[in-house]
Amino acid sequence: MAFLTDRKRAGGQGSARAGTAHHIFMQLSGAGLALGLPVFVFVFGRALGGTHEEVLATFANPFVAILSALVLVATMAHFRKGAQMMFEDYARGGARHALIAATTILSHVITATGLFALARMAL
Amino acid sequence: MPEARRAGRPLSPHLQIYRLPITAIVSILTRITGNGLIVGVVLVVWWLLAAATGPGYFALADGVLRSWLGDLVLAASAWALWYHLLAGLRHMWFDAGHGLDLATAERLGIGCLVGAFVLTGLTIVLV
Repeated sequence: MAFLTDRKRAGGQGSARAGTAHHIFMQLSGAGLALGLPVFVFVFGRALGGTHEEVLATFANPFVAILSALVLVATMAHFRKGAQMMFEDYARGGARHALIAATTILSHVITATGLFALARMAL
Repeated sequence: MPEARRAGRPLSPHLQIYRLPITAIVSILTRITGNGLIVGVVLVVWWLLAAATGPGYFALADGVLRSWLGDLVLAASAWALWYHLLAGLRHMWFDAGHGLDLATAERLGIGCLVGAFVLTGLTIVLV
């Protein structure tokens, strides 16, 4: 049932077969972060400098906990794809694969660590 | 066969004497700040983990973040964050098809650089 020609099917998809999906993801996550991150910076900046009890109290607040978790997940997804773009531009072959894999692992480890910390303080 | 053209100037890009246009500086700074921000993220997540773990560990992480070096890294991260955010908004404005003439693109680029310093100053004052 191939109604499209091979030429037409390949058009606009690029070598990764993903078309503009990567770019659109970066712009959408970036837009979300542009809204959420300034609030988190304010909350974090206010919390930094307080005693341990004050910090725990800040992050026990549901609004702060949910906002921090959202910002963390979006930040690390945005970073992972952004760093991948950098390595695709500057590294070649095996080094490129290794760097992208390391970036992916690092991003997920940071996300999981941060979520664990936030959950422990919030619950 | 035509004569080789003799121009009184270098014909290939001479990288050592090439002055990057403001749009190129803004572009590469976006990548540097975006990727460099991982340092700030690691510090903040480490601090959160320490706070969740206990008072002893928190004292260590808090001490590092509030040392002069920690202050410096966090202030640099704040600048990088605001710069990257403004440059990202500029990029979206371009994607929407606006501001693509050279004069506007340059003005927006300078706006990102200046805006990042203003917002960093505000951040340091407010928090």
